[in-house]
Amino acid sequence: MKRRVAIVGSGNIGTDLLYKVRRSASLEAAWMVGIDEASDGLARARSLGVKTTAAGIDGLLPHLQRDEIAIVFDATSAYAHQQNWRKLAEHDVRVVDLTPAAIGPYCIPPVNLRAHLDSGVKNVNMVTCGGQATVPMVAAVSRVQPLDYAEIVATVASKSAGPGTRANIDEFTRTTADAVARLGGAKKGKAIIILNPAEPPLIMRDTIHCLVAGEPDRAAITESVKQMVREVQTYVPGYTLKNGPIFDGRRVTTFVEVMGLGDYLPPYAGNLDIMTAAALRTGEVWAERL
Amino acid sequence: MTSVILHDMSLRDGMHPKRHQITIEQMVAVSTALDRAGVPLIEVSHGDGLGGASINYGFPLHSDEELLRAVVPKMTRAKISALLLPGIGTVDDLRMAHDCGVGTVRVATHCTEADVAAQHLGLARKLGLDTVGFLMMAHMIEPARLVEQAKLMESYGANCVYCTDSAGHMLPDDVRARIGALRGALKPETQIGFHGHHNLGMGIANSLAAIECGAARIDASAAGLGAGAGNTPLEVFVAVCDRMKIETGVDLYGVMDVAEDLIVPMMDQPVRIDRDALVLGWAGVYSSFLLFAQRAGERYGVSPRDILVEMGKRKTIGGQEDLIEDVAIDLARGARGIS
Repeated sequence: MKRRVAIVGSGNIGTDLLYKVRRSASLEAAWMVGIDEASDGLARARSLGVKTTAAGIDGLLPHLQRDEIAIVFDATSAYAHQQNWRKLAEHDVRVVDLTPAAIGPYCIPPVNLRAHLDSGVKNVNMVTCGGQATVPMVAAVSRVQPLDYAEIVATVASKSAGPGTRANIDEFTRTTADAVARLGGAKKGKAIIILNPAEPPLIMRDTIHCLVAGEPDRAAITESVKQMVREVQTYVPGYTLKNGPIFDGRRVTTFVEVMGLGDYLPPYAGNLDIMTAAALRTGEVWAERL
Repeated sequence: MTSVILHDMSLRDGMHPKRHQITIEQMVAVSTALDRAGVPLIEVSHGDGLGGASINYGFPLHSDEELLRAVVPKMTRAKISALLLPGIGTVDDLRMAHDCGVGTVRVATHCTEADVAAQHLGLARKLGLDTVGFLMMAHMIEPARLVEQAKLMESYGANCVYCTDSAGHMLPDDVRARIGALRGALKPETQIGFHGHHNLGMGIANSLAAIECGAARIDASAAGLGAGAGNTPLEVFVAVCDRMKIETGVDLYGVMDVAEDLIVPMMDQPVRIDRDALVLGWAGVYSSFLLFAQRAGERYGVSPRDILVEMGKRKTIGGQEDLIEDVAIDLARGARGIS
């Protein structure tokens, strides 16, 4: 039986997620929640037979129980998520937070999703696009050898960086650096983001540098990285290892490309796609446990 | 009489050819000598700006804070500036620089991405700093689009906006078109600046073209110490300004001596228009890529020139040093005939 979900936020991210949920074998999109009746996302949801409300979270709350909503995806904003979570916390729903609010713990599916589900947490945060794309690579190295330091460079098409990201780019660098260190498993983390305006837009690229403690075990790290790439590919098929891992003294570097599925967002916006894909994955694995 | 504010780059852009290994002693010696010579503004930061310390750009010998705390108190007349690239550094770095006593903060973005600087320019202005927007790789867009971006920076709080020729690709007419458009569109009280690189030997000519069209600030570097073939050489520019009756307030012999006695002996390699630096200027590629391309070329057995041209084809912008090794690996693989 499919578990029923609601998507709060009818912008680019929420709408892309809607298309992904529609393909899911274990989740069913029951509600799409927006604040603008005329938004493209709500119109698309209606045309797909999904119930909609333009009254925000308050339009959804009365239906949570009756429509047996098990999981709520929040693709609004950090501020709106704080309000939404206050209202959702008392209900029997699990919340996947795609905003930068980070009320719940960071969740990078191949790294710590199962641990979160075992802990009984009810709200998880999907970090940042850069975090979703790079933390698995850091973790792939750190599970072989301890890391003194990890650093990532995320390069995304200018067109795929919305006004929210642009207005608070420091939030990206801080949150990603924090996740790279804490979830990736490094003593210290750093994140750099580059917005490139090239036309046609470039596909998201990420470079992941790690400094291992001691001499790197090349064979084991290479195998671990390749295995992790395959694991990410199970939910982001366009996640590819372009080069590496390369070894230079204690430095281990991998180069990845993230091409999106092109559901609602164009394929170059792999940075947005990996957020919605990771959120879907989180919802699906959670649903299995319920 | 025309006058211009000169801004020395040797201790920030000059960090690139020095792989960010300038010592505190060198920082203090150069900055105090520049101060004595009457250079009004001196930039001190990691080459890639505050917070640039990284595997990607290079770890410096000393943190930005250590450098600023050593240099700022030594100044008698000169003001120290710091560079910040949003996406690399954050407002925390800006607050630190302010706390160290810098007088100027320059917030740099790619020429089409001014809106990522709103927070940083706004804070710099709020802190009462001389607040400068720095639009990099300005050759990549038409003057009208550059004006739009400059107006954004002005609206966030910049009291000066730069047209930055990060690739040393511009010719004097390119500079005239851009500086002229900016001067015509920004508020009269907003200053315009020009930052040149000498990759096509145009540093002096471009800076003069900028002044001709209304630029009030010109970046230059003692002995040209800067990325690629370096910046507009400060001592040469001061001499040219003197002959042209452009007031700089800088003592010519003083900056000549800084260049000759302090900077040249610091150089790990001559900063000159070698073929790789020339390719940067000719192909319009970010000047800081130079040493990275040379190192990657050596490691993977490919020509740095080919790497730099490929970086240009991939429409890379400032900060994408990470792609250089990736490109070198791709080129090496292509040369071996393996897909």
